[in-house]
Amino acid sequence: MTNVLRKYVSPGWLLVAPFLALVVLLYLGPILNILWLSVTEPQPGLQNFEKLVTSDTIARIIWTTVRICVVTTAFSVMLGYCIAYAMVHAHQKQQHLMLTLLLVSFWISILVRTFSWLMLLGRNGLVNNGLEAIGVIAEPIAFMRNELGVLIGMVHYMVPYAVLPMLVNMQTLDTRVMSASRNLGASGQQTFFRIYLPMTKPGVVAAALLVFILSLGFYVTPAVLGGGKVLMVAEYISVQLLVTLKWGTAAMLASLMLFGVLAMLYLMSKFMKLSTVFGGSTS
Amino acid sequence: MKPSFLALFNRVGAWVLLLFLVLPALVAIPVSLTPKRFLSMPKGEFSLRHFENLFTSPEWLSSFGQSAIIALSTSALATVLGTLCAIGLWRVTSKYSELVRAFLLLPLIIPQIVSAMAFYRLWIPLGLLDSYPGLILAHTILATPMVLITVSASLANFDPKLEQASRNLGASSSTTMRRVILPSIRPGVFAGALFAFILSWDEIVVTLFISKFNVYTLPRRMWNGIRENTDPTVAAAAVILIVITIVAFAASAILSRRRAQIENSIDT
Repeated sequence: MTNVLRKYVSPGWLLVAPFLALVVLLYLGPILNILWLSVTEPQPGLQNFEKLVTSDTIARIIWTTVRICVVTTAFSVMLGYCIAYAMVHAHQKQQHLMLTLLLVSFWISILVRTFSWLMLLGRNGLVNNGLEAIGVIAEPIAFMRNELGVLIGMVHYMVPYAVLPMLVNMQTLDTRVMSASRNLGASGQQTFFRIYLPMTKPGVVAAALLVFILSLGFYVTPAVLGGGKVLMVAEYISVQLLVTLKWGTAAMLASLMLFGVLAMLYLMSKFMKLSTVFGGSTS
Repeated sequence: MKPSFLALFNRVGAWVLLLFLVLPALVAIPVSLTPKRFLSMPKGEFSLRHFENLFTSPEWLSSFGQSAIIALSTSALATVLGTLCAIGLWRVTSKYSELVRAFLLLPLIIPQIVSAMAFYRLWIPLGLLDSYPGLILAHTILATPMVLITVSASLANFDPKLEQASRNLGASSSTTMRRVILPSIRPGVFAGALFAFILSWDEIVVTLFISKFNVYTLPRRMWNGIRENTDPTVAAAAVILIVITIVAFAASAILSRRRAQIENSIDT
């Protein structure tokens, strides 16, 4: 029996089995359970999904989430592109320092960063006080408890995630193509827009999808910097579960989020090997 | 090629952006030194009272201890599981292995709020809510993919001929694993352990759902402090976390340098 197994099943699978079993039993199982709940709780049917069109609150929350995610993604990718481009073209020593700064910010606790923005952006925060002191503004700007604060916090968190896939992509480009373009008489700008930018498209798309996916389920920064005024899906799910105990609605929103993420992962895998996107932070 | 004005502008912009990524976190340092009882910037006077409170209050100390226990256990479990898994996937040559690998990376990318909900749902009937095993298991599932990635990266540079040589010379597969494979992927294993530790040490969303009174980790205490927004002890805790991050980062930088050295010594 064991010999038969060994013949057809590579022994390597034995090493994979413990974690695979853990994920299937303790992770996949309950996630499928949530999908199931979304169409059975409180009674079987699609009434949870009907709320998407009947409930103004839920429609508004989804709209807010998508809007914030799109803006966050756009800014993170633009800023990230500048950083990645400069890093690839910097001298090795500078490159090293830039990578260090990037990774340190990557690893600083999300709670620490959110706390810092709370101190900086408040009505009497450092930013408002500073701007008032140099006479740029007369009245404090409301940075917090609105979408502006949430966006600042989220972009700040997401930029490193945007840089890493683009950096990996830019590092693998064949620079001779750019030299060829210059030799054939194209200007620097032409070379950039007609050669470089199209060649970095896979990195840009991967970065955008990654940031969008991560923003979609983001909880900490919107909950703190939004101060209850900016309600996004993740926070709404937690309220449904922990306060009003409506598993059905929460499960429906979680299912939507899950399908959205899986669809985007599928798209992303068309552009880049998924493990490189995450592995970028470690190499 | 002379750098154009745009390239120069981009380079300066990139440095400014990188500083924008790092500097805001440092505002916790002055806030932690305020002599006042409430969150404020110190004006000329500094005090270490909030650090004193952090290191003497039983609540904060117990949260430090609990987070350390959970993060160390998670890191140990995730390192063992992730390393085995990476070696296993590296060994099998099957059309399914890449699919399985992608599947096993899912806990890293599925929104944490969905993971939190899944664990919460299952932990209730299993009686794991608000317990150490419950938190350690959940964190292990989230952190193991991290180890899988770093160890796989190390294995990608490992020459399979070395394994074949060892087997041909008569070593058993467990001896080959212990004496040949593991030593050459050690930096990747250490990096994975470190990342798993940080992930667990810092995890808040899942923790908010599956812990309550018995288990009250450091992120959970900070989360409450931030939401109530009054006690500067949170700022002191933030400073300690920044210090820990920098130390951990330095450790990982040393590890990757050692990894590079090993690779060089193999190449030459």
